[in-house]
Amino acid sequence: MQSTWYPINMSRFKIRRRSRREAHLGDLVFSYLLRLLSLGLALLLLMIGFFLFRGAFASISRFGWDFITGSVWDPVQEIFGSAPVLYGTLVSSLIAVIIAAPLSVGIALFLNELAPPLISRSIGFLIEMLAAIPSVVYGLWGIFVLAPSLRTRVEPALVKYLGWIPLFSGPFYGVGMLAAGLILSIMIIPTIFSLSREIFRTIPMAQREAALALGATRWEMMKISVLRSSKSGIGGAIILGLGRALGETMAVTMVIGNRAEISASLLAPAQTMASVIANEYAEASNDIHLSSLIEIGFLLFVVTFIINGFARIFILRESKS
Amino acid sequence: MNTKAILEVKDLHAWFGNTEAVKGVSLSAAYNAVTAIIGPSGCGKSTFIRCLNRLHEELPGAYATGHVLIENIDIYDKKVDPVSIRRKVGMVFQKPNPFPSLSIFDNVVAGLKLAGVKRQSTLKEIAEQSLLSAALWSEVKDKLHAPGTSLSGGQQQRLCIARALAVEPTVLLMDEPTSALDPISTAKIEELMTELRKKVTIVIVTHNMQQAARISDQTAFFLSGELIEFGETSQVFTAPQKEQTERYITGRFG
Ligand SMILES: Nc1ncnc2c1ncn2[C@@H]1O[C@H](COP(=O)(O)OP(=O)(O)OP(=O)(O)O)[C@@H](O)[C@H]1O
Ligand SMILES: [Mg+2]
Repeated sequence: MQSTWYPINMSRFKIRRRSRREAHLGDLVFSYLLRLLSLGLALLLLMIGFFLFRGAFASISRFGWDFITGSVWDPVQEIFGSAPVLYGTLVSSLIAVIIAAPLSVGIALFLNELAPPLISRSIGFLIEMLAAIPSVVYGLWGIFVLAPSLRTRVEPALVKYLGWIPLFSGPFYGVGMLAAGLILSIMIIPTIFSLSREIFRTIPMAQREAALALGATRWEMMKISVLRSSKSGIGGAIILGLGRALGETMAVTMVIGNRAEISASLLAPAQTMASVIANEYAEASNDIHLSSLIEIGFLLFVVTFIINGFARIFILRESKS
Repeated sequence: MNTKAILEVKDLHAWFGNTEAVKGVSLSAAYNAVTAIIGPSGCGKSTFIRCLNRLHEELPGAYATGHVLIENIDIYDKKVDPVSIRRKVGMVFQKPNPFPSLSIFDNVVAGLKLAGVKRQSTLKEIAEQSLLSAALWSEVKDKLHAPGTSLSGGQQQRLCIARALAVEPTVLLMDEPTSALDPISTAKIEELMTELRKKVTIVIVTHNMQQAARISDQTAFFLSGELIEFGETSQVFTAPQKEQTERYITGRFG
């Protein structure tokens, strides 16, 4: 018995080895292919950076740091200071994050911890669909719905009751920094929401039960077991949302009013890095104007690159622990 | 030993949606007694003890009916708040589950903070007491502010016991507390239980017959959701009344 059994087994062993080696070859080819692809993508990124830099070179060498600190953007006089658009990008994105972050994290928490599965799934799906709406559609909605209702209802009330705060003073037009911030906040909700929910989902049931078994209420359980242990992940999600807001172009261009001026009031029109490029690129009057716009693109590229890098680091740190 | 029943279960049924996992169990435990729950996998032991602090109903679709009296209060009474019950009934899980974002110290006092204890001196005192009771103090007293998850598995389990003890529960539920641990940690926790029983009434689920025989006063044998036999541990293990019990404890179970 033993003697007939043994060779059969051996031959099986050989066959398996051969097929393994073939599979191994396939693995090798595939992994080199993937490596090549990822290398290519990294190269593409570098090349985009390089071309932006080259295009911006004329402006960089002419204005130097004044380009960033200068507060006048006047294509006619060929004075290009990007402080107003840097300010516009920063403030509109901050408004967006301040509104969207607590809302998205709150909704994610509610859907994951409290809502019945059916509601959780359907609302979650709808929120994620917000990300699929084209930016220009948001812009249209901004122009035809959001801006008019801001102008006729919200902004008069803001000026009346909070007008003593510089943020809500001065004339208002509907379009402006506030409208841009609001529309951005809606657009980044899906980003922050999905990531936060993913993070909450990775928290084991045992963590929640540990808190409940100690006599925690639902809310206390969420604080101890869920929120506390996902702090850095939520931080990453918010930063990623910020990154999206910084670069968003179309919708913002349509509702921000496009005036490159720094104003204390959120009701005033403003301009962002992305919107100034979208607005002026097609009709750039001369080479230095063009180069200045490319320099803004370059700055935006660097900033969003860094911001996204930070977000990944945060999220990575979370998933490791 | 005081023989007055502190824990009385009457006709307890537990459900997961349409499936009944515990089918009408009644038993009682005296002050400071250790009750062992034994039975084959899937017979409803965990489900049963999770009903004793109303944790079972936290799972989606799960609910329980019947009566569980703890110090003569029916915890399934409509007027009773499950949160207040869980402060009186501590629980230790099969897998150690310290809060990863909290330090060793904060893990131990988590229940106290939930109960509203704020004074730092009180917290410190109780933390030390609880860690001493859980036989962990000497190992962690120099690193109370290290994360709870930096401890070994056995130490984490004792940390969880300390955390449960800190709120001074009247009943302590333990669901296979040593099944994830090595023999030395297991021996430590068993030793610990003979001390703990002076302060608290213990209900422990175990797959280890020797463990049940060593540490418990009374034993309940479950089979497919039903309580087959319940009695003094010595009697259940030496002279079981039911054939199924005998088959199970002698290892001849189907
Ligand atoms: N979350 C759940 N949803 C649905 N059914 C469940 C769930 N948890 C357990 N059950 C079912 O309830 C029954 C009892 O499970 P329980 O976990 O109480 O068994 P157990 O005795 O603790 O087993 P073990 O010794 O393996 O831990 C099993 O038949 C199981 O399939
Ligand atoms: Mg179990």
